[in-house]
Amino acid sequence: MAKETKTLNLNFGPQHPAAHGVLRLILQLDGEIVEKADPHIGLLHRGTEKLIENKTYTQAVPYFDRLDYVAPMNQEHAFALAIEKILKIEVPIRAQYIRVMFCEIGRILSHILNVTTQAMDVGALTPTLWGFEEREILMGFYEKVSGSRLHANYFRAGGVHQDLPKGLDKEIGKFCERFPKIINDLELLLTDNRIFKQRNVDIGVVSKQDALDYSFSGVMLRGSGVPWDLRKSQPYDSYEQFEFKIPVGKNGDCYDRYLCRIEEMKESVNIINQCLANLPVGPIKTDDGKISPPPKKEIKQSMEALIHHFKLYTEGYRVDKDEIYTAVEAPKGEFGVYLISDGSSKPYKCKIRAPGFSHLQAMDYLIKGHMLADVPAVLGSMDIVFGEVDR
Amino acid sequence: MQNIQDLEKILNSELNTKIKSSLIKHNQIYLKIDETDLTEVILFLKTNSKTKFRQLIDITAVDFPENEIRFKLVYLLLSHEFNQRIIIEIDVKEKEIVGSITSIFPAANWMEREVFDMYGIDFKDHPDLRRILTDYGFEGHPLRKDFPLTGHNEVRYSHETKKVIYEPVKLEQNYRNFDYESPWEGTKYIKEQTKE
Repeated sequence: MAKETKTLNLNFGPQHPAAHGVLRLILQLDGEIVEKADPHIGLLHRGTEKLIENKTYTQAVPYFDRLDYVAPMNQEHAFALAIEKILKIEVPIRAQYIRVMFCEIGRILSHILNVTTQAMDVGALTPTLWGFEEREILMGFYEKVSGSRLHANYFRAGGVHQDLPKGLDKEIGKFCERFPKIINDLELLLTDNRIFKQRNVDIGVVSKQDALDYSFSGVMLRGSGVPWDLRKSQPYDSYEQFEFKIPVGKNGDCYDRYLCRIEEMKESVNIINQCLANLPVGPIKTDDGKISPPPKKEIKQSMEALIHHFKLYTEGYRVDKDEIYTAVEAPKGEFGVYLISDGSSKPYKCKIRAPGFSHLQAMDYLIKGHMLADVPAVLGSMDIVFGEVDR
Repeated sequence: MQNIQDLEKILNSELNTKIKSSLIKHNQIYLKIDETDLTEVILFLKTNSKTKFRQLIDITAVDFPENEIRFKLVYLLLSHEFNQRIIIEIDVKEKEIVGSITSIFPAANWMEREVFDMYGIDFKDHPDLRRILTDYGFEGHPLRKDFPLTGHNEVRYSHETKKVIYEPVKLEQNYRNFDYESPWEGTKYIKEQTKE
């Protein structure tokens, strides 16, 4: 007697805690085996690129915070670099160090969130509670330097908005002293944990070739054994002055990606320590009055400064006609900005290249043949944030 | 790392008839080609041992409504081996159908879908050309310059019908777009007035 089989269509999300946001995943199941996955994205689409075309360059910066909202400053960085390259602005060295430092803080913020929620997706709750305590402290640094915990709006073309407040460098230094211990604690909970390994080892394996073909970047690429990091290969700001290692995985499975992220956090602490040890004194933004606003004191005394201030906050600065692609190594991978300027104070076109977009695209390839319960594990290890995927 | 000038020379000699113009700027190569040569050039760049552009970073389009050939399609490629980036541009007319490169780079699938969604450019031989970012049943192509910033429809939950409904956008206050250009240089509306 022939058994009758039927494939089952299952909607995963858009409201599901393991979907890391608003992902609607339509799964075709044969028993518990996934035959096909069709991600429907765009539920968080806000038209960022269209909005940026209608705002001045200064007004466009906050939109970048809202893309990958767990590491806001890394995104602002790509945009600032694009403008700086077109306008050929020299960024003061202190500003470069501050930017590097806060990018690394952003990387730790993102990796803590990802590692711990990945653990939660496969059943461990404690790492999340421990990790979020540390994120709270890091977001405190964000607040102290920019005034807000999440949407910093701190990086500018030509530097950063304000100097570090007094004492912040010491506080960050203290954090760097105790944070490696926290990473250690997290590792004690997870790295050799039998359940965590059973859920992650050999799950969602990506080969080197496929990682390239699917345009993976960041940890997704390094986890598969491709030693590629834009901070090393195409250094921006002063990254070439820092010593750090690039952790590379061997097997390209979820577990290797987890290990890469843990090691990257340690390297980030290392970079922040180097920043603090060698933090130069000096200006924190370019002194070109046509691009960066004058200090408050000057506005009260100098006519020219007043005019500059007025023009910068009404019309904004103009960017010469040009076309450029700049990318930074954001925590999730290569985050790029393809900018076309037309000589006015608003971008003509600003395409945002989000790493998560290409990663999620490979969902069908990654999950085919896996069990239903592996979907959250794979999704978790891809480090998806819908702010940047949907834009 | 291979020198970028050498790389440009290699490209020009190997692909000479296919390249309309090439340029080095910001340490990147900008290549202009014809739409008909697209798949061939991309395949060459990916497979040739002297170029090895093995990763497709992104595909996007740019809208120039005043031009006769309205769109510019942009392909960004990266070579890990030689640490080089290349930007390939092709001109596309409205309603022209472009060859898909999904068979060369599987990553192009969603990128082409996004271009289709945002600009309405069709791709030939694309396995699954649907809208990707916009709502189910959405009309129009939002990133075209003639698409209004506010959109056409808005969504709300209606208590009367007990469901989510779509309505034409009603703004309490019109969207304001101030012209801050210097009055000495002449703002846009003055320039337009004096032209007549």
